[in-house]
Amino acid sequence: MAQLTCNNLTIGYDGKTVLKGLNFSVNSGDYLCIVGENGSGKSTLMKTILHLLAPLEGSVIIENKQHSGGIGYLPQQTVVQKDFPASVLEIVISGCLNRCGLRPYYSREEKQLSRENMEKMGISHLSKRCYRELSGGQQQRVLLARALCAAGKMLLLDEPVSGLDPKATAEMYELIQKLNEEGITIIMISHDIGTAVNYASHILHMGNPYFFGTKDEYLDSSIGKAFSTQDGGSKA
Amino acid sequence: MSILIEKLILYFEYPFVRYALIVGILIALCSSLLGVTLVLKRFSFIGDGLSHVAFGAMAIATVMKLSNHMLLILPVTVICAILLLRTGQNAKIKGDAAVAMISVGALALGYLLMNIFSASANLAGDVCSTLFGSTSILTLTKTEVWLCVALSVVVIAVFLLFYHKIFAVTFDEDFAKATGTKADQYNLLIAVIIAIIIVLAMNLVGSLLISALVIFPALSAMRLFKNFKSVIFCSAILSVFCAVLGILTSILAGTPVGSTIVAVDIAAFAICSLIGGIWGGVKG
Repeated sequence: MAQLTCNNLTIGYDGKTVLKGLNFSVNSGDYLCIVGENGSGKSTLMKTILHLLAPLEGSVIIENKQHSGGIGYLPQQTVVQKDFPASVLEIVISGCLNRCGLRPYYSREEKQLSRENMEKMGISHLSKRCYRELSGGQQQRVLLARALCAAGKMLLLDEPVSGLDPKATAEMYELIQKLNEEGITIIMISHDIGTAVNYASHILHMGNPYFFGTKDEYLDSSIGKAFSTQDGGSKA
Repeated sequence: MSILIEKLILYFEYPFVRYALIVGILIALCSSLLGVTLVLKRFSFIGDGLSHVAFGAMAIATVMKLSNHMLLILPVTVICAILLLRTGQNAKIKGDAAVAMISVGALALGYLLMNIFSASANLAGDVCSTLFGSTSILTLTKTEVWLCVALSVVVIAVFLLFYHKIFAVTFDEDFAKATGTKADQYNLLIAVIIAIIIVLAMNLVGSLLISALVIFPALSAMRLFKNFKSVIFCSAILSVFCAVLGILTSILAGTPVGSTIVAVDIAAFAICSLIGGIWGGVKG
C-alpha cells in the first residue's frame, strides 16, 4: 500500500517554482533514493513532504499518519548545533516530543524508547557526552536515533553522509540498510549515485524531465545510464 | 567586616532596600533562564533591541502623561518582540539588521520626544536614569514589586512547563516542526516572555544594560557545562548570585545598581572562562 503519494506536485519556495508536475508514490518498506544536481529541488521536495513548505500545486498524501506515528527526519546539520551544549541523551529524547502533547515531561516509555534507539545506533556509551565533542559519524548517529524516536514507519534523510569520512560513510549506509530491513521506509537524498544504486529499491532523479522508477528501470533508462557510467568511470 | 554587616542590617530595615533585592533576584532569575535560549538561537542582541523599544515606549508614555507607564510599555515591547522573532526566517531585512534598525530607531525617537515635550527640569538626568537604571530600583512601590513577583512567577512557570519544547525548538527548529511540534507557537511564546522580562528588567539595570543580564550568565555557564540542563541551572544560580552581590555592593559603596551588577557579571564570566579553559585543557 502506498505510504506516501505525491500527486501532480509542484514544488518551490518564495513563489519560485523549482519543479513541476511530480507524480510518484512510495510503498511501505521501500528504499527511495532522491538524486539530482545541486538546485534540482531535492531539499525543497523533502521540506514539502515534511510540510515545512507548502506545495505550490498538487498534493502530498501520507497514509495513516496517526497510526504510524510521525515521520522521522534527519536534517542537515545547522550552524547552531555545532556549539550547542547538550548531552546525547537530551537530544535523542527530544525526538519523543511529539508523543508528549501538552505533558511537560517525558514518560517512562519514552525514556525507554530513546534508550532502545541509542542501543540500536550503538551510542549508548555516549549518552552523557556532549554532542559538540563527538565525531561527525557519532553526531549523525545521535540525530538518527532522535529521528527514530519520532518515526513510526518512515525516515527522511537529507544527505546523511555529507562530511563523513569513508569508514563512517560505509557504517552509516549499513545502519540505514539495517533499518530498512526491519521494515522502516527510507527516503534519502544523496549526491552519491553509486551508493544510491547499491542500496535503494527505487530512484527518483530530479531534473527536467525527472525520472521515477525501480533501480533496474533506472539503470536501463538513458538518464540513469549517463549518470551511472559517469560515476563508475570516476570510481574505477 | 562587622561594620559592613551592621551597615547592611541597618539598610535592610528600609523596605525599599528589601524590595530592590527581591525584584533584583527575580529579574536575574527570569532573564538567565531565557538567556541560554537566546544566545543559542543567535538572538543575543534582541534584548538590547527590545529594551530600546521599551525606552521609546516609556518616552511616549511620559509625554502622554499616563499614570501607569507599564500599560503602554508592555504591549508595545511584546509586539516588537513578536515582529523581530518572526522576521528571523524569511524577511527582506535579515535578523540582525532588523534588530539594529528597530533598536536605534526607538532610542532616537524616544529621546527626541522626551526632548520636545518634556516639562521636566532635569531632562538629562531623567534620560540617564532610564538608560542606566541608576535609581529607579530603589524607588519601587509595593504595587510594582507585586507586579514583578506575579510576572516572574508566570515566566518561571511557563519555562518549567515548556522546558522540553523550548529545548527542541532551540536545538533544531526544522526537526521539531517536521515531527509535529508547533515551533512557531513556541517561538511566539519565547518572544512574549523575553519582552516581559525586558520591561521588568528596565527598573533594575536600565534599558542599555539589560542585554548583559540576559547573555552574561548564559555565556558563563556555557563555559563550564556541556549539557542543556546544567547550563540552565548554572546560569540561573550564577545570575542570582551576581545580582545579589551587585545590589549589596552598590548599597554599601554607593555605586549605581545596574552597572555594578553588570560589572559583577563580567567578573563571573572571566572566572568561568578561566576555569573552563583549565578544565577543558586538563580533560582534552
